[in-house]
Amino acid sequence: MANLKDLKTRIATVKNTRKITKAMQMVAAAKLRRAQESAEDARPYAAQMNAVLGNLAQGAAESESAPLLLRGTGKDDVHLLVVATSERGLCGGFNASIAKLARAHANELTAAGKTVKMITVGKKGRDQLKRDFSDIMIDHVDHSEVKRLAYSDAADIGKDVIKRFDSAEFDVATIFYSRFESVVTQIPAALQLIPANFDTPEETSSTVYDFEPDENEILDDLLPRAVSTQIFTALLENGASEQGARMSAMDNATRNAGEMIDKLTIEFNRSRQAAITNELIEIISGAEAL
Amino acid sequence: MADTMQFDLVSPERMLASMQAESVSIPGAEGDMVAMPNHAPAVTTLRPGYVSVVAGGETTDYLVTGGLAEISAEGVSVLAENALPKGEVTKEVLEEFHRTAEEDAKDVSDHHSAAAARRIADHHDLLLRHGS
Repeated sequence: MANLKDLKTRIATVKNTRKITKAMQMVAAAKLRRAQESAEDARPYAAQMNAVLGNLAQGAAESESAPLLLRGTGKDDVHLLVVATSERGLCGGFNASIAKLARAHANELTAAGKTVKMITVGKKGRDQLKRDFSDIMIDHVDHSEVKRLAYSDAADIGKDVIKRFDSAEFDVATIFYSRFESVVTQIPAALQLIPANFDTPEETSSTVYDFEPDENEILDDLLPRAVSTQIFTALLENGASEQGARMSAMDNATRNAGEMIDKLTIEFNRSRQAAITNELIEIISGAEAL
Repeated sequence: MADTMQFDLVSPERMLASMQAESVSIPGAEGDMVAMPNHAPAVTTLRPGYVSVVAGGETTDYLVTGGLAEISAEGVSVLAENALPKGEVTKEVLEEFHRTAEEDAKDVSDHHSAAAARRIADHHDLLLRHGS
Protein backbone atom coordinates (compact mmCIF):
# COMPACT_ATOMS: atom_id res chain seq x y z
CA MET A 1 0.00 0.00 0.00
CA ALA A 2 1.21 3.44 -0.90
CA ASN A 3 2.44 5.20 2.17
CA LEU A 4 0.97 8.44 3.39
CA LYS A 5 3.81 10.66 2.24
CA ASP A 6 3.61 9.35 -1.33
CA LEU A 7 -0.13 9.90 -1.46
CA LYS A 8 0.23 13.41 -0.15
CA THR A 9 2.75 14.25 -2.87
CA ARG A 10 0.54 12.72 -5.56
CA ILE A 11 -2.41 14.81 -4.44
CA ALA A 12 -0.30 17.96 -4.51
CA THR A 13 0.97 17.10 -8.00
CA VAL A 14 -2.48 16.50 -9.41
CA LYS A 15 -3.73 19.70 -7.82
CA ASN A 16 -0.98 21.59 -9.60
CA THR A 17 -1.84 19.93 -12.89
CA ARG A 18 -5.44 20.89 -12.42
CA LYS A 19 -4.46 24.50 -11.91
CA ILE A 20 -2.49 24.45 -15.14
CA THR A 21 -5.21 22.80 -17.22
CA LYS A 22 -7.80 25.16 -15.76
CA ALA A 23 -5.67 28.14 -16.72
CA MET A 24 -5.09 26.74 -20.21
CA GLN A 25 -8.79 26.24 -20.64
CA MET A 26 -9.49 29.83 -19.77
CA VAL A 27 -6.77 31.11 -22.06
CA ALA A 28 -8.13 28.94 -24.87
CA ALA A 29 -11.62 30.30 -24.25
CA ALA A 30 -10.36 33.87 -24.61
CA LYS A 31 -8.36 33.01 -27.72
CA LEU A 32 -11.31 31.14 -29.16
CA ARG A 33 -13.43 34.25 -28.96
CA ARG A 34 -10.79 36.23 -30.79
CA ALA A 35 -10.32 33.52 -33.40
CA GLN A 36 -14.04 33.35 -33.99
CA GLU A 37 -14.19 37.11 -34.42
CA SER A 38 -11.40 37.01 -36.98
CA ALA A 39 -13.17 34.24 -38.85
CA GLU A 40 -16.37 36.25 -38.79
CA ASP A 41 -14.63 39.43 -39.99
CA ALA A 42 -13.17 37.57 -42.93
CA ARG A 43 -16.50 36.19 -44.03
CA PRO A 44 -17.88 39.12 -46.07
CA TYR A 45 -14.80 39.25 -48.26
CA ALA A 46 -14.74 35.53 -48.91
CA ALA A 47 -18.47 35.46 -49.61
CA GLN A 48 -18.33 38.36 -52.06
CA MET A 49 -15.28 36.94 -53.75
CA ASN A 50 -17.04 33.63 -54.11
CA ALA A 51 -20.17 35.20 -55.50
CA VAL A 52 -18.36 37.26 -58.12
CA LEU A 53 -16.10 34.42 -59.14
CA GLY A 54 -18.93 31.93 -59.18
CA ASN A 55 -20.69 34.25 -61.54
CA LEU A 56 -17.65 34.70 -63.75
CA ALA A 57 -16.57 31.11 -63.64
CA GLN A 58 -19.90 29.78 -64.82
CA GLY A 59 -19.48 31.41 -68.16
CA ALA A 60 -15.77 30.90 -68.47
CA ALA A 61 -15.43 27.29 -67.38
CA GLU A 62 -16.33 25.86 -70.75
CA SER A 63 -14.32 28.26 -72.83
CA GLU A 64 -10.95 27.16 -74.09
CA SER A 65 -9.22 30.34 -73.10
CA ALA A 66 -10.15 30.11 -69.43
CA PRO A 67 -7.17 30.39 -67.10
CA LEU A 68 -5.56 27.12 -66.09
CA LEU A 69 -6.24 27.82 -62.44
CA LEU A 70 -9.92 27.48 -63.17
CA ARG A 71 -9.86 24.79 -65.79
CA GLY A 72 -7.10 22.65 -64.36
CA THR A 73 -4.39 21.09 -66.44
CA GLY A 74 -6.75 18.45 -67.73
CA LYS A 75 -4.84 15.77 -65.85
CA ASP A 76 -4.93 14.61 -62.30
CA ASP A 77 -1.68 12.71 -62.01
CA VAL A 78 0.13 14.78 -59.45
CA HIS A 79 -1.67 15.88 -56.32
CA LEU A 80 -0.52 18.50 -53.88
CA LEU A 81 -1.86 18.20 -50.37
CA VAL A 82 -1.60 21.23 -48.13
CA VAL A 83 -2.05 20.02 -44.58
CA ALA A 84 -2.81 22.77 -42.10
CA THR A 85 -2.47 21.96 -38.42
CA SER A 86 -1.52 23.80 -35.28
CA GLU A 87 1.86 24.80 -33.93
CA ARG A 88 1.08 23.66 -30.42
CA GLY A 89 -0.12 20.47 -28.87
CA LEU A 90 -2.43 19.77 -25.96
CA CYS A 91 -5.53 20.22 -28.02
CA GLY A 92 -7.05 16.77 -27.92
CA GLY A 93 -7.55 14.98 -31.19
CA PHE A 94 -7.38 18.13 -33.27
CA ASN A 95 -4.10 17.52 -35.09
CA ALA A 96 -4.51 13.77 -35.13
CA SER A 97 -7.84 13.94 -36.93
CA ILE A 98 -6.53 16.27 -39.64
CA ALA A 99 -3.46 14.12 -40.09
CA LYS A 100 -5.62 11.03 -40.26
CA LEU A 101 -7.78 12.47 -43.02
CA ALA A 102 -4.75 13.63 -44.98
CA ARG A 103 -3.04 10.29 -44.54
CA ALA A 104 -6.08 8.37 -45.74
CA HIS A 105 -6.35 10.67 -48.72
CA ALA A 106 -2.66 10.36 -49.58
CA ASN A 107 -2.74 6.58 -49.32
CA GLU A 108 -5.82 6.38 -51.48
CA LEU A 109 -4.21 8.52 -54.17
CA THR A 110 -0.98 6.54 -54.05
CA ALA A 111 -2.93 3.31 -54.35
CA ALA A 112 -4.63 4.71 -57.44
CA GLY A 113 -1.23 5.29 -58.99
CA LYS A 114 -1.06 9.03 -58.54
CA THR A 115 1.92 11.00 -57.36
CA VAL A 116 1.38 12.82 -54.12
CA LYS A 117 3.29 15.82 -52.81
CA MET A 118 2.73 17.42 -49.48
CA ILE A 119 3.16 20.84 -47.91
CA THR A 120 2.59 21.09 -44.19
CA VAL A 121 1.56 24.19 -42.30
CA GLY A 122 2.09 23.92 -38.57
CA LYS A 123 4.61 21.84 -36.71
CA LYS A 124 2.28 19.28 -35.19
CA GLY A 125 0.96 17.97 -38.48
CA ARG A 126 4.45 17.63 -39.88
CA ASP A 127 5.56 15.68 -36.84
CA GLN A 128 2.70 13.23 -37.25
CA LEU A 129 3.03 12.78 -41.00
CA LYS A 130 6.83 12.76 -41.13
CA ARG A 131 7.07 9.09 -40.38
CA ASP A 132 5.04 7.93 -43.38
CA PHE A 133 5.51 10.72 -45.85
CA SER A 134 8.89 12.32 -45.25
CA ASP A 135 9.96 11.54 -48.81
CA ILE A 136 7.05 13.39 -50.41
CA MET A 137 7.07 16.45 -48.19
CA ILE A 138 8.25 19.28 -50.35
CA ASP A 139 7.85 22.19 -48.01
CA HIS A 140 6.90 23.25 -44.53
CA VAL A 141 5.43 26.57 -43.47
CA ASP A 142 6.28 27.63 -39.97
CA HIS A 143 3.71 29.80 -38.24
CA SER A 144 5.09 29.49 -34.73
CA GLU A 145 6.11 33.15 -34.77
CA VAL A 146 2.72 34.31 -35.99
CA LYS A 147 0.71 35.79 -33.14
CA ARG A 148 -2.33 36.78 -35.05
CA LEU A 149 -2.88 35.30 -38.46
CA ALA A 150 -2.85 37.98 -41.14
CA TYR A 151 -4.01 37.73 -44.71
CA SER A 152 -0.42 38.15 -45.87
CA ASP A 153 0.51 34.88 -44.15
CA ALA A 154 -2.09 33.07 -46.21
CA ALA A 155 -1.15 35.02 -49.33
CA ASP A 156 2.45 33.83 -48.98
CA ILE A 157 1.29 30.22 -49.01
CA GLY A 158 -1.06 30.99 -51.87
CA LYS A 159 1.71 32.55 -53.95
CA ASP A 160 3.95 29.59 -53.29
CA VAL A 161 1.26 27.14 -54.33
CA ILE A 162 0.52 29.08 -57.50
CA LYS A 163 4.19 29.35 -58.37
CA ARG A 164 4.47 25.60 -58.13
CA PHE A 165 1.36 25.22 -60.22
CA ASP A 166 2.74 27.55 -62.88
CA SER A 167 5.90 25.51 -63.10
CA ALA A 168 3.72 22.41 -63.56
CA GLU A 169 4.71 20.72 -60.33
CA PHE A 170 1.22 19.38 -59.73
CA ASP A 171 -2.25 19.19 -61.26
CA VAL A 172 -4.61 19.27 -58.33
CA ALA A 173 -4.21 21.00 -54.98
CA THR A 174 -6.25 20.27 -51.89
CA ILE A 175 -6.05 21.84 -48.48
CA PHE A 176 -6.78 19.91 -45.29
CA TYR A 177 -7.99 21.76 -42.25
CA SER A 178 -10.54 21.51 -39.53
CA ARG A 179 -13.91 23.13 -39.91
CA PHE A 180 -15.23 24.85 -36.83
CA GLU A 181 -18.73 23.64 -36.06
CA SER A 182 -18.91 24.38 -32.37
CA VAL A 183 -16.68 24.38 -29.34
CA VAL A 184 -17.04 20.62 -28.99
CA THR A 185 -17.17 19.58 -32.64
CA GLN A 186 -14.52 20.31 -35.19
CA ILE A 187 -14.74 18.41 -38.42
CA PRO A 188 -11.61 17.68 -40.43
CA ALA A 189 -12.29 18.74 -44.00
CA ALA A 190 -10.67 18.82 -47.41
CA LEU A 191 -11.11 21.68 -49.86
CA GLN A 192 -9.94 21.67 -53.43
CA LEU A 193 -7.95 24.78 -54.24
CA ILE A 194 -6.87 24.12 -57.82
CA PRO A 195 -8.67 23.75 -60.16
CA ALA A 196 -10.77 26.34 -58.42
CA ASN A 197 -14.09 25.17 -57.23
CA PHE A 198 -16.86 27.63 -56.43
CA ASP A 199 -20.27 27.08 -55.08
CA THR A 200 -22.43 28.09 -57.94
CA PRO A 201 -24.86 30.68 -56.68
CA GLU A 202 -28.28 29.14 -56.06
CA GLU A 203 -30.11 31.60 -58.15
CA THR A 204 -28.26 32.62 -61.23
CA SER A 205 -28.37 36.35 -60.89
CA SER A 206 -30.00 37.97 -63.84
CA THR A 207 -27.74 41.02 -63.81
CA VAL A 208 -25.44 41.14 -66.75
CA TYR A 209 -22.21 42.74 -65.74
CA ASP A 210 -19.95 44.92 -67.75
CA PHE A 211 -16.46 43.60 -67.35
CA GLU A 212 -13.49 45.83 -67.42
CA PRO A 213 -10.97 44.58 -68.51
CA ASP A 214 -12.52 41.50 -70.12
CA GLU A 215 -13.63 38.45 -68.21
CA ASN A 216 -10.55 36.36 -68.68
CA GLU A 217 -8.24 39.09 -67.54
CA ILE A 218 -10.33 39.61 -64.45
CA LEU A 219 -10.24 35.90 -63.78
CA ASP A 220 -6.49 35.95 -64.25
CA ASP A 221 -6.19 38.63 -61.63
CA LEU A 222 -8.73 37.23 -59.22
CA LEU A 223 -8.08 33.50 -59.18
CA PRO A 224 -4.74 33.77 -57.37
CA ARG A 225 -6.44 36.03 -54.84
CA ALA A 226 -9.25 33.53 -54.52
CA VAL A 227 -6.78 30.75 -53.77
CA SER A 228 -5.18 32.89 -51.07
CA THR A 229 -8.59 33.78 -49.71
CA GLN A 230 -9.57 30.15 -49.48
CA ILE A 231 -6.33 29.34 -47.69
CA PHE A 232 -6.91 32.27 -45.37
CA THR A 233 -10.43 31.11 -44.56
CA ALA A 234 -9.19 27.58 -43.95
CA LEU A 235 -6.44 28.79 -41.64
CA LEU A 236 -8.84 30.98 -39.70
CA GLU A 237 -11.27 28.09 -39.29
CA ASN A 238 -8.34 26.01 -38.19
CA GLY A 239 -7.38 28.62 -35.61
CA ALA A 240 -10.85 28.67 -34.14
CA SER A 241 -11.03 24.86 -34.20
CA GLU A 242 -7.69 24.54 -32.48
CA GLN A 243 -8.76 26.77 -29.61
CA GLY A 244 -12.11 25.02 -29.39
CA ALA A 245 -10.46 21.63 -29.30
CA ARG A 246 -7.96 22.80 -26.72
CA MET A 247 -10.71 24.24 -24.60
CA SER A 248 -12.70 21.03 -24.48
CA ALA A 249 -9.56 18.91 -24.03
CA MET A 250 -8.49 21.06 -21.11
CA ASP A 251 -11.97 21.02 -19.67
CA ASN A 252 -11.85 17.24 -19.69
CA ALA A 253 -8.40 17.24 -18.19
CA THR A 254 -9.50 19.56 -15.41
CA ARG A 255 -12.46 17.35 -14.64
CA ASN A 256 -10.31 14.22 -14.68
CA ALA A 257 -7.82 15.82 -12.35
CA GLY A 258 -10.67 16.68 -9.98
CA GLU A 259 -11.88 13.10 -9.99
CA MET A 260 -8.37 11.86 -9.40
CA ILE A 261 -7.92 14.21 -6.45
CA ASP A 262 -11.15 12.93 -4.92
CA LYS A 263 -10.06 9.33 -5.34
CA LEU A 264 -6.59 9.97 -3.96
CA THR A 265 -7.99 11.91 -1.02
CA ILE A 266 -10.27 9.01 -0.09
CA GLU A 267 -7.35 6.63 -0.34
CA PHE A 268 -5.24 8.97 1.73
CA ASN A 269 -7.89 9.21 4.45
CA ARG A 270 -8.36 5.45 4.47
CA SER A 271 -4.66 4.83 4.79
CA ARG A 272 -4.37 7.34 7.58
CA GLN A 273 -7.29 5.75 9.39
CA ALA A 274 -5.76 2.32 8.91
CA ALA A 275 -2.49 3.54 10.36
CA ILE A 276 -4.26 5.00 13.39
CA THR A 277 -6.29 1.84 13.94
CA ASN A 278 -3.12 -0.18 13.67
CA GLU A 279 -1.39 1.92 16.25
CA LEU A 280 -4.36 1.66 18.60
CA ILE A 281 -4.45 -2.11 18.28
CA GLU A 282 -0.78 -2.26 19.07
CA ILE A 283 -1.19 -0.11 22.16
CA ILE A 284 -4.21 -2.04 23.38
CA SER A 285 -2.64 -5.45 22.82
CA GLY A 286 0.52 -4.18 24.47
CA ALA A 287 -1.49 -3.05 27.50
CA GLU A 288 -3.36 -6.37 27.64
CA ALA A 289 -0.15 -8.31 27.63
CA LEU A 290 0.91 -6.73 30.87
CA MET B 1 -35.67 58.60 -55.92
CA ALA B 2 -32.55 57.05 -54.63
CA ASP B 3 -29.74 59.50 -54.46
CA THR B 4 -27.52 57.37 -52.29
CA MET B 5 -26.32 53.82 -52.61
CA GLN B 6 -24.78 51.23 -50.37
CA PHE B 7 -20.99 51.34 -50.29
CA ASP B 8 -18.97 48.47 -48.79
CA LEU B 9 -15.23 48.30 -48.51
CA VAL B 10 -13.96 44.94 -47.34
CA SER B 11 -10.47 43.57 -46.97
CA PRO B 12 -9.77 39.89 -46.32
CA GLU B 13 -9.35 40.61 -42.64
CA ARG B 14 -12.23 42.91 -41.88
CA MET B 15 -14.92 45.15 -43.16
CA LEU B 16 -13.52 48.68 -43.32
CA ALA B 17 -16.54 50.66 -44.29
CA SER B 18 -20.18 50.15 -44.94
CA MET B 19 -22.30 53.23 -45.51
CA GLN B 20 -24.63 55.14 -47.73
CA ALA B 21 -22.69 57.12 -50.30
CA GLU B 22 -23.53 59.61 -53.01
CA SER B 23 -20.65 58.72 -55.25
CA VAL B 24 -17.56 56.56 -55.20
CA SER B 25 -14.50 57.01 -57.32
CA ILE B 26 -12.61 53.84 -58.10
CA PRO B 27 -9.11 53.38 -59.46
CA GLY B 28 -10.08 50.84 -62.10
CA ALA B 29 -7.50 48.79 -63.95
CA GLU B 30 -8.33 50.59 -67.16
CA GLY B 31 -8.76 54.05 -65.74
CA ASP B 32 -10.46 55.77 -62.88
CA MET B 33 -14.18 55.84 -62.76
CA VAL B 34 -16.87 57.33 -60.62
CA ALA B 35 -19.87 55.27 -59.70
CA MET B 36 -23.11 56.95 -58.76
CA PRO B 37 -26.48 55.47 -57.82
CA ASN B 38 -28.13 53.49 -60.61
CA HIS B 39 -24.88 52.84 -62.36
CA ALA B 40 -25.00 50.01 -64.88
CA PRO B 41 -23.78 46.74 -63.34
CA ALA B 42 -20.05 46.36 -63.81
CA VAL B 43 -17.12 44.48 -62.42
CA THR B 44 -13.63 45.88 -62.62
CA THR B 45 -10.28 45.02 -61.15
CA LEU B 46 -8.43 47.68 -59.22
CA ARG B 47 -4.99 49.10 -59.60
CA PRO B 48 -3.14 50.56 -56.62
CA GLY B 49 -4.66 53.93 -55.82
CA TYR B 50 -7.23 55.73 -53.74
CA VAL B 51 -10.92 54.96 -53.50
CA SER B 52 -12.78 58.11 -52.53
CA VAL B 53 -16.24 57.99 -51.14
CA VAL B 54 -18.53 60.99 -50.99
CA ALA B 55 -21.12 60.56 -48.26
CA GLY B 56 -23.16 63.42 -46.86
CA GLY B 57 -20.93 65.92 -48.63
CA GLU B 58 -17.83 64.56 -46.95
CA THR B 59 -15.12 62.77 -48.84
CA THR B 60 -13.22 59.86 -47.35
CA ASP B 61 -10.22 58.34 -49.07
CA TYR B 62 -8.94 54.81 -48.73
CA LEU B 63 -5.74 53.43 -50.12
CA VAL B 64 -6.18 50.12 -51.91
CA THR B 65 -3.47 47.99 -53.49
CA GLY B 66 -5.54 45.85 -55.76
CA GLY B 67 -8.65 43.76 -55.83
CA LEU B 68 -11.99 44.17 -57.42
CA ALA B 69 -15.01 46.42 -57.42
CA GLU B 70 -18.50 45.23 -58.07
CA ILE B 71 -20.91 47.92 -59.10
CA SER B 72 -24.62 47.49 -59.35
CA ALA B 73 -27.58 49.82 -59.35
CA GLU B 74 -27.97 49.43 -55.59
CA GLY B 75 -24.40 49.87 -54.54
CA VAL B 76 -20.71 49.40 -54.84
CA SER B 77 -18.65 46.76 -53.08
CA VAL B 78 -14.92 47.06 -53.18
CA LEU B 79 -12.96 43.94 -52.33
CA ALA B 80 -9.46 45.16 -51.66
CA GLU B 81 -6.43 43.05 -51.01
CA ASN B 82 -5.03 45.73 -48.70
CA ALA B 83 -6.99 48.76 -47.64
CA LEU B 84 -6.12 51.63 -45.35
CA PRO B 85 -7.82 54.90 -44.50
CA LYS B 86 -5.81 57.72 -46.04
CA GLY B 87 -4.95 59.11 -42.63
CA GLU B 88 -2.99 55.98 -41.82
CA VAL B 89 -0.98 56.02 -45.00
CA THR B 90 2.65 56.93 -44.42
CA LYS B 91 5.66 56.93 -46.65
CA GLU B 92 6.88 53.76 -44.96
CA VAL B 93 3.64 51.94 -45.77
CA LEU B 94 3.86 52.96 -49.41
CA GLU B 95 7.51 51.96 -49.60
CA GLU B 96 6.61 48.60 -48.12
CA PHE B 97 3.93 48.02 -50.77
CA HIS B 98 6.33 49.14 -53.47
CA ARG B 99 8.92 46.67 -52.24
CA THR B 100 6.40 43.83 -52.12
CA ALA B 101 5.34 44.60 -55.67
CA GLU B 102 8.94 44.49 -56.82
CA GLU B 103 9.58 41.24 -55.03
CA ASP B 104 6.48 39.62 -56.47
CA ALA B 105 7.53 40.74 -59.93
CA LYS B 106 10.71 38.69 -59.65
CA ASP B 107 8.99 35.36 -59.83
CA VAL B 108 5.99 35.83 -62.04
CA SER B 109 5.70 34.02 -65.31
CA ASP B 110 6.15 35.92 -68.58
CA HIS B 111 2.43 35.87 -69.01
CA HIS B 112 2.00 38.17 -66.02
CA SER B 113 5.10 40.31 -66.29
CA ALA B 114 3.32 43.23 -67.92
CA ALA B 115 0.78 43.36 -65.12
CA ALA B 116 3.54 43.19 -62.54
CA ALA B 117 5.42 46.05 -64.17
CA ARG B 118 2.26 48.12 -64.18
CA ARG B 119 1.73 47.39 -60.53
CA ILE B 120 5.24 48.60 -59.68
CA ALA B 121 4.71 51.75 -61.69
CA ASP B 122 1.43 52.45 -59.92
CA HIS B 123 3.04 52.02 -56.54
CA HIS B 124 5.88 54.23 -57.57
CA ASP B 125 3.43 56.86 -58.66
CA LEU B 126 1.63 56.70 -55.30
CA LEU B 127 4.93 57.12 -53.54
CA LEU B 128 5.79 60.18 -55.57
CA ARG B 129 2.42 61.77 -55.11
CA HIS B 130 2.46 61.17 -51.38
CA GLY B 131 5.05 63.83 -50.66
CA SER B 132 3.46 66.56 -52.71
